[in-house]
This record gives sequence, structure tokens and C-alpha cells, in this order.
Amino acid sequence: MNEPYFLSLLIFSPLLGILALSLIPKEQEKTIKMIGVLATLPSLLLALFAFVKHLNGYDLSQLTERREWIHFGKFSFLNETNFTIGYELHIDGLALVMILLTTLLATFAALASTSITKEWKGYFMLFLLLEIGMLGVFAASNLVLFFIFFEITLIPMFFLIGKWGYFEKEKAAYSYLVYNGLGSAILLIVIAVLLARTGTSNVAEIHRIFTDPVAQMQMVSPISEQLRYGLFIALLIAFGVKLPIVPLHRWMLRVHVQAPPAVVMLHSGVLLKIGAFGLIRFALGLFPGQFQQLSTLIVILGVVNLLYGAFLAFVQNDFKMVLAYSSVSHMGIVLIGLGSLNEAGVQGAIFQAVSHGFISAFLFFLVGVLYERVQTTSLDRLGGLAKVMPLTAGFFLAGAMASLGLPGTSGFISEFMAFLGLFKVNPVIAAVGTLGIIMTAVYLLRAVLNMTYGPAKQNDRVSDLRGMEFIPAISLFALIVLIGIYPNVLAAPLQTTIETIMNGLGG
Amino acid sequence: MEMETLLKYEWGVMMPEFIILGVATILSLIDLFMPKDRNRRPLALFALTGVVVALVSLLSLLSVDVTSILGDTFRLDSFAKAFKVLLFLGGALVLLLSLHYEPQEGLLYRGEFYYLFLTALLGAMMMASSGDLITLFVGLELLSISSYILVGLRKKYALANESALKYVISGGIATAITLFGMSYIFGFTGTTNIKEIAQYLNETVDLGHQYVLALAFFLTLIGLSFKLAAAPFHMWAPDVYQGAPTPVTAFLSVVSKTAGFVIVLRLLVSVFAQIPAEGSNSPSMLLSLQDYIAFLAAVTMILGNTIALKQRNVKRMLAYSSIAHAGYVLVAFATLSMFMFDAVWFYLLAYLLMNFGAFAILQVVSAQSQSEDIQVFAGLYKRSPMMAVAMAIFLLSLAGIPGTAGFIGKVNIFLGAFVTEPAHYVLAAIMIATTVVSYVYYFGIFVQMFFRPVEDKRKIEWPIGIIVVVAVCAFGTILFGLFPSIAYDFLGQFDHFSDFLQ
Repeated sequence: MNEPYFLSLLIFSPLLGILALSLIPKEQEKTIKMIGVLATLPSLLLALFAFVKHLNGYDLSQLTERREWIHFGKFSFLNETNFTIGYELHIDGLALVMILLTTLLATFAALASTSITKEWKGYFMLFLLLEIGMLGVFAASNLVLFFIFFEITLIPMFFLIGKWGYFEKEKAAYSYLVYNGLGSAILLIVIAVLLARTGTSNVAEIHRIFTDPVAQMQMVSPISEQLRYGLFIALLIAFGVKLPIVPLHRWMLRVHVQAPPAVVMLHSGVLLKIGAFGLIRFALGLFPGQFQQLSTLIVILGVVNLLYGAFLAFVQNDFKMVLAYSSVSHMGIVLIGLGSLNEAGVQGAIFQAVSHGFISAFLFFLVGVLYERVQTTSLDRLGGLAKVMPLTAGFFLAGAMASLGLPGTSGFISEFMAFLGLFKVNPVIAAVGTLGIIMTAVYLLRAVLNMTYGPAKQNDRVSDLRGMEFIPAISLFALIVLIGIYPNVLAAPLQTTIETIMNGLGG
Repeated sequence: MEMETLLKYEWGVMMPEFIILGVATILSLIDLFMPKDRNRRPLALFALTGVVVALVSLLSLLSVDVTSILGDTFRLDSFAKAFKVLLFLGGALVLLLSLHYEPQEGLLYRGEFYYLFLTALLGAMMMASSGDLITLFVGLELLSISSYILVGLRKKYALANESALKYVISGGIATAITLFGMSYIFGFTGTTNIKEIAQYLNETVDLGHQYVLALAFFLTLIGLSFKLAAAPFHMWAPDVYQGAPTPVTAFLSVVSKTAGFVIVLRLLVSVFAQIPAEGSNSPSMLLSLQDYIAFLAAVTMILGNTIALKQRNVKRMLAYSSIAHAGYVLVAFATLSMFMFDAVWFYLLAYLLMNFGAFAILQVVSAQSQSEDIQVFAGLYKRSPMMAVAMAIFLLSLAGIPGTAGFIGKVNIFLGAFVTEPAHYVLAAIMIATTVVSYVYYFGIFVQMFFRPVEDKRKIEWPIGIIVVVAVCAFGTILFGLFPSIAYDFLGQFDHFSDFLQ
């Protein structure tokens, strides 16, 4: 059964919400919020549908879409297909998992967005546009199309941070724009070089040209070995800004602290993962040789991320900063897993990406709940939450446990696999890296225990979790535990993707 | 010349020029005999009709083969056709802008205002079609002199006087330099016909003369960089843009710049691409000089984008932005790839749409507040949401964000830069880095429009002409951003301007 519109429908269904919102007067807060939440549901249902069918053996390649789109200059001396850019969508297990993550978090973040206090209409329109961009990134199988979706996430985020954020929101928005603008700029150069030299921007086609010696002859201009290294390093930097890899991380701290928590749920939960996804799909997928050569460097970068984030998280006084540095630290594990370049490592990296997506969204959802009630996230001014808001405090503790990798949660399985991979290839670095795991436990417990126990420092008249807030909290927690105790729910769809990557590396 | 040969020419190919010339003449006569107190706005509509009719007549000529008349001084080849389409689009939009232009002290010379645009446009068209140094130069001067007057049209406004004077003086110097360069070419070959020059230099060049020819090349390019508002002749742009009436500024930044690129391509490519280079490294002199063009492009992009960061006056900011964009188009020229003509044409089309749109909105917003400071945009989203969204589209396109025509234009330029061997990595890296720098000042206007509270609570009246311009430009920017194939299919019929050198 071929489904020529399924993926387009999945990606662009939030557009319906945008259209509906544009017709509604901007004062009707309730209706706007309701439409905002409802508009995220069609993609969620479609993604769930595809996921369940795939678990039952449905072949995802049947969803591939391909249409003619742009044709730069038809030259008589070149192939008819040279310099054509198609509207091409294609998903595999990895992309499907990421799409499901995105749609789930989008719905939860939309529910969390009810705490937004002004200009709901503009907020939800941008929010849904952001969702389109994120979904498109994972489904695009053409580099130019990928880049377009990649940039679609940039603009709404700029506004969401700059308009609905906290005190230093504009600074954060600019910081986000410049860093990510630079990252995208480098990515655009890579894409333009590949398109100019090979004459195509279809990922599979480029992969074929790179690996098949006959096809290499068909290139418009040759790509030398040095150029490949250059392209690979450029990709590493471009996605390193998103992930972020340590010297490129400053923007993301500002965004974590200044953006509204609902937006951070998506930012930390999905946008950072685009970096991981890009590294796997393009850096590892197209340049496996270069990745292998530089894998030690990547592992070292990962360990630096892990330790740097962990140590700095320990000295922060703002809970949001703790979580921001914790994200830096956890993304280090993704790098460690990828850099070890064996099945366990790569699987651990992908698991970590998904698991951290759920955990950080969970924690930031709670941060939003907390901030709405006590107007602070400073550790000095919080204490004794366990008495005032027992449920919230309990969830905080659960989130922290998952984040530090308690067995039975998704955090454990991902960290375990990534380190398993690394111990196989480089036990010395791995031993150093485990220090980071210990530090994670230290800084998270310090922060969370500080908040939940001790004398109550804030107004004790605040209410606990209530009503709709239970839906995201319980669902996210359930997902974290589900992956923790039944990892096969993720491992099964990822199987073929990981096998393909391993084949690319030469077994 | 005998009457008979004169009549034998296919005058039909000059139809668009005749229409513009005729309308301009009639307008000037009407203006002369019309009583002083009569409203002269309808004249703009008349001029607009003229431009549209001329565009239609040009479109009907699209299928005509290469024709040259008047002893090869006027030629209608695909290059001329394609770029004249851009010039007409620009001319029509400028007239719509000027229809509602009303400076605070009133506009004394409204009639002149309208027909001088037409004569300037005529000059630009002559440049696109000329096959001879003399007609090229006459077209250039017609365009320049008309623009000098247009810039100084607000006689009682001090800034306008300053900018007109600056424009005339630097323009005069630039013209002198261009002419000096051309004189070398003429001196070598003894002819002013571009085709003959190219043939002569190709066959009989003495490699010892290479340096003198290179001097001619540089003088011409530097002189013409005045029209492009590119380094080293860019200093006039901010002052002139600021002092000139906004429609004139839009005209200078788009139509005049397009004409500048037309003459640069017409003259430099056809003459210097034919000369064999010294040594055997590169097949032609133009290729051996491309590093210098690339250098100028890089300097232009860096200067334009970095100085724009500091501007608070939006007109000056757009002036520096227009310098930067001249640099981007120069990149397409400097790479001399097979994409060169397509990339230049498409980028100029995208630039025309986004820049006119931005100027249209600026014209109304700044007239309302009697100021051009960036603060006039504060809270525009609250005052006129549609216009704020349209402005956002133009700024995104100027910044080269996907989904807009500006992005496709940039991708095409990159393709050209990377497809050649050796590829121009440094130049492309400079272009992309300066593009990211440009985000900062374009998004500065975003911040004003969407984040800042309203400063000026009065409702903005949007005249119909401006609405049309904004709607056309916004629609075009998005259309060519999402479906650029429409434009490329149009270009496809010219077969990459292969008749350029015939």
C-alpha cells in the first residue's frame, strides 16, 4: 500500500491550526489555547499510527514521497537530472522515532503553554510553525529541503524567546540567532558544495555517488579527499552548535534560562536532538571514513562535554541553569556513543537522544509549573517543596532519578549502552568519563534535595499539580519508565537504521 | 546614411524604447502646458501605463531572434530581453511608489518627478541593448543625469541638496574614470563597436599589451562600480539615499543598480572574455582577473554589512544593505561559472522585489512620523499587522532565509561558486559570514516591529499604490521562494544567453 501524502500530511497538519487561529479574534484566550493544543493532535495521531504499524512490520519506505521542485539551469552538456532539487520525504526507524518524540513533546508543550500570559494567538501560530519545521527536518530526504525546515525552526524560536521569554529575553534571542545562524550558514555551505559537485542534493543519491566507484565518474566536479575532510569538519561544527558541543554552547544556556518553559521543553527535547540526528544522518551517514578517522576526537569532545557540564551544573544557583548544564553534560553521552562507532555505542547515543528528550521536557514542564506558582527558580529561595507541593516535589525527584540514570528509567539504559560501547574501544577514556556519571548524581541530588527538603522558604499557600497538568506529567514519566523497563519499544524500530550505519562503516 | 538603409532596419525591435521615449516626451509637454495649480498625480498613472505597454511589447518580442540595427549599435539579444524585463518591473513599481509620494514641504516639480523616471529608465534600457561603446555611454549618461535631477528634486530640503551635490560630483568622477578606461580600449582597436573590439583583441593581441589592457579593465570596472554602489565607489550611497525622495532611493538602489550590472556584464564579459591571457593558466584574460573582482566583491560585502550594523536611520541602513547586496551579485560575476547569468538575473529579480517592498513600507511609515529612525517601526505589528508581516517577509528575504526568493538567489550564487574548479571557498565563506552579520541589523527592525510597544498611536493610512507595491512584492518574494522554477523556466527559453557574444 503506497501512501503518497501521508508524510506531507503529518508534517503540515499543524498548518490547519495556524489557519484556524488566524480567523479567531485575539482576545478569545480559551478558544485560542484549545485550538493550539488540538492542532498538535493530528500529527501525533498520524505518528503514533505509523509507529504502531511499523512495530507490526510495516515497511516505511512505502511512505516515501518524491516530487519535482526546483531545476537550476538546464545545461545541454549535463544530465537531465543534474541540479534538480526535489521535494523528497522519506523516513526510516530513526526518523520515525524522532518524529514521534517531536509530536509527543509538541502536544505536552502545548498543554504547558496554558501558562502563557499574553498574545496567545501569535504565540500558538509560531509554536505550530516551529512544530512544522521540526517534523520536516526529520522527514526530509533532500539536503536543501532539510535545510529549509532547519531554518523554519530558527525564525519562530527567535520570536518565541524574544517575545515571551523572561527578563533578558532579547539578548537570549539574539544569541540564539547569531550562533545558530552561523551554524546554518556552515551547513548551507556544505549543502551547496555537495549539490554543486555531485549535481544532486538527494541524500541517498549522494550516498550512492560517494560509495559507488562507477557513479563517482558521473560527478559534475570531483570531490577530493581533503575536501571530504573539510566537509565533515564543517558538518561537525554546524551540528555541534545545535547539539551543542562545548565551546559552542553559550547560546543554549541563555535560551534554557530565558525562554518560556513550554518552549524550552521543545528546545531541549527536540531542537538539540536535531544536532544529534544531523550528526548521525549526514556526518556519519555520508562520511563514514572521515568519522572513523576522527572518532577519538569525537569521543574526547564528548567526555569534555560530559565533565564540563557536570562540574558547572554543580555550582549553579538557578535550577534552570543546573538543567541547562545538565543538558550539555547529557549531550556529551550522545557524542561518546557515536564516537565509539560500534553497535552498542550508536544505539546508546540514539537512546540517549530520545531519553534526554523526554526527561528534560519532563523536568522543564515541572519548572514551568513551579515558576507559575512561586515566581522563582533560584535554589537559594526554594526549599521544603515536599511539604507544600508534595506531588510536584515527587515528580521532580523522579525526573532527577531518571536523569542521573537510575536503573528502570530510560536514562540508565542509554548511558549504560553508550559506555558499554566506549569501554569496548577505549577503556581509558571511558573510565574518565564515568566520573561524569557520578558527578551527575551529585549535582542533581544537591539541587533537587535543596528544593524539596529543608525549611519552606516560599509562600506555603501555593497549590500542587492540578487538572490538565497531570496529563503531561504522568505521560512523560510513564514514557521514561516504559523505555527503561522495555527498551525494545525503541530498539526494534532502530534496528535497521543501526544496521545500515554499521554496514556503512564496513561491518 | 541613406534614407533607404534607414528604413530597411527592423525598427520593431526598438518598440519598447520608442514607447518610453514617446510617453516621456508627451508627459513633459503636458506638464509644460498644464496650469500650475492642477493636480499632476494622474501623470504618474499615464507614465505607468506607458511602462506596462512597453513591457507588453517587449514580451511580444521575446521570440524574435538576435537582431541588431543601426550598424550594430543597438541589439536585441536574450540578454537584453531578460534584463529589460527586470528594468520594466522596477520602473512600474517606482512609479507606483511615487504616485503617493508627498514630502512635508510639498513637491513642487511633480511633472518632472514622473517623466524623469522614464528618461532614466530609457537610459537603462539603452545600456541593456547597446552593442557599441558610444550608445552604452549615452545610455549611462542619460540614466545618470536623470537621476542627479531626481535626487535633488526637493529643492527646499537641505539634505536633498547635499545629496544631489555629492551624487553629481562623485558621479562625474566615476564617469570620467570609466571613460578613461574605455579610451584605452578604443585606442587599441580603433573601433567603438563591442563585437569588433572583441574580435580584434582576440586575433591580434600582443601579449605585451596585457598590462595596459588590464589597466583599461580596472578603470572601467572601478568607474562602473559607482552605478553598482560597490567598493571602491560606494561612499556616496548612504548620503544620497538618505537625502533623496524615497521613491528615488528605491530607484537608485534597484533599477540603477540593475543597469549597472547590465553594463558591467555587457562590456567586461564581451570584451575581456575573448582576450587570450598571458601564460597558459587561464583561457582568457577575464578569468585571469577574476581574483580581483572577487576581492572587490569581498570588500563590498564586508563594508556594507558591518557598517550597516551601526545605523539607526533605516534609509541609511538599507543603503548599506544595498551595498552588501551589490557584493553578493558581484560574487556571482566573480565566479564566472556557467550559472553566472542565471544567478545574477535571479538575484536581481529577488532583490528588486524585496527591496521595493521594504522601501514602500518605509516610505509610508517614515512620512507618518516625519522621521527615518528605526524607532518609527516600533509596534508596527500592533498598528498594521498585515504590513508588519509583509515587512517581515521582505526582511527575511533580504537576510536570505529559506522560503523566500532571496534564499534561492543565494543558493544559486553558491552553486556557481562551488561548481568551478578551483572552487571559491574563501569568497563563499565571506559571503555567508557577512550574511549572518546582516541578520543582526535586519532582525533589529523585527525587534522594533514585534517586540517594542507602540510609540505613535495614530492609525496609518496606506495609499492604494503602496498597497499594490507591497502586495506584488510580498507575493513575488514568496512565490519565487517556494516555486523558483517559474523564474528558471522563463530563463530557460534564453538557453543561458548563448547568443550573448554572437
